[in-house]
Amino acid sequence: MSICGSISLKTAQARRVRRGRDISGNTAPSVAVRCAVRHKIDRIRCWICCNLTKLTATALERHITTGGGDVLLKTFIFGILLGIVAAAGVLFAVPVVDQYREVSLVSVAPNGGSREAFHINVPGDRIMTGAAGQNSSLPIGLEWPKDEVLSTVSIEIFKVRNAQNTVIGVASRALAKENDADIIDWIIHLPARGSLFVGMEPQSLEGGRRIGKLRAGSQEFDDLTGFITERWVPDTSGGDDAPLGRIELLATYVSNSVPFEDQEAESLE
Amino acid sequence: MKYIVVLLLGLLTGVALFAVGLTYNPFVGKRALSPLAVTDSQTVMLSYSAVAADAIMYTNDGESRIDPLPEKVQQLWEAPIRQSSAMVTVLRDGRSHVAGVGVKVSSAAESTHLLKGKALLDSIWYVYLPGQGSFFVEQSENYWDYLRDIVIPAYRHSGDTWKGTWMGNITDGPGTLGMARVVGGSGEFAGMEMLGVETLSVGAWRVEDGPLAAEGQLIIELPSVSADVDAEMDSLPDDN
Repeated sequence: MSICGSISLKTAQARRVRRGRDISGNTAPSVAVRCAVRHKIDRIRCWICCNLTKLTATALERHITTGGGDVLLKTFIFGILLGIVAAAGVLFAVPVVDQYREVSLVSVAPNGGSREAFHINVPGDRIMTGAAGQNSSLPIGLEWPKDEVLSTVSIEIFKVRNAQNTVIGVASRALAKENDADIIDWIIHLPARGSLFVGMEPQSLEGGRRIGKLRAGSQEFDDLTGFITERWVPDTSGGDDAPLGRIELLATYVSNSVPFEDQEAESLE
Repeated sequence: MKYIVVLLLGLLTGVALFAVGLTYNPFVGKRALSPLAVTDSQTVMLSYSAVAADAIMYTNDGESRIDPLPEKVQQLWEAPIRQSSAMVTVLRDGRSHVAGVGVKVSSAAESTHLLKGKALLDSIWYVYLPGQGSFFVEQSENYWDYLRDIVIPAYRHSGDTWKGTWMGNITDGPGTLGMARVVGGSGEFAGMEMLGVETLSVGAWRVEDGPLAAEGQLIIELPSVSADVDAEMDSLPDDN
């Protein structure tokens, strides 16, 4: 039998409660009084009995006599436990972050390792060009700091595309003058895959190519060495919507076990 | 019917209890001091304003809390980069003089695991310091404490704002002791492999705009001379 059902009202108590302690407007006074008295002792149970279920007087009377309060309470507690377990399970099983991925278009390089081509359509994929003293800023409204320290640095930010012309990442190209020598560094960030840090040689090679060493990589590129070439390819299609050209980046990833110098020498031959 | 209603109410209560327990779990979060706080090695300390409006350029998918800057900058709306952001900012030295420029690109990390108190971003920094050289920082950033101590209280506040003093180390690996991996590029840093930490100090945060007063700091530990000497000694041929 439930606690509510086990209530045994003494006459004095009942009289006291009838004078103004009826808490349930939905139930008949006699039943509500019994619950109200109990309410002082066990607030949660009485709340479930009288308010939560909104039982009619007849139903509440039956509910009290058959011990339904206990079942309801157990159901409620079971619901709480189920809620906790369900929330933990969902959080455990369903990934909070699920990055959209394009298929990696990687091919085997003739001299070993693997090769991946990226490109940047110019000017469409150029997000920012920042340099001291430039006549027109990109984007409009960009203010490059006037401090003398940054007068020899320029930073460009691009969207990077794969061989299928789909945007897959963000890249930055930094150009700086240091002791009359150019420093050209690239960072390429491909969400969910990792990042590349490349230091380019300042001198251009045959065909306007410039080669750079993969100095560091993260995640997927963590254990790789290799090199990247950059090349400007002007557009020759002549289309109205065609870009001016594109910057081609050809990455060759080599296992760490093969010295980079050997790979570079072979590649240049 | 009444049992279903009670069960559903119990479920909701359970989920709410779980959320509260997860948020205020004393066994998760509150990272200790940065390991670099007690280092003997020489460090490079660079600070930047962590308020996007103070950056040279900031862009994201255009639908996030923080507005891109300048207003007409291209947004990262394509699906593979939608959860990414890019920032170019001025870096200052300890005396608040301009020391260089930094490019930060970050994206939501799939290794995020809220049950373990990990709300992660994968981020990289490219830092160029004129006269000194360049380096690259690779790190995971954990914003769990930031969310718990700043963002949630801001949502609970009637004015949708949070004010106070919060300082935390947001770097969460992948280097030793949860530090960032730093690789030198050119100049003095060429060829160096270092460790680093990024910290944030926040003074005000608003639900509508994000940080209103915040400063970030990059601390890079340079390789110690003794470590270099040890490495050279190891590379010498054995006389015996």
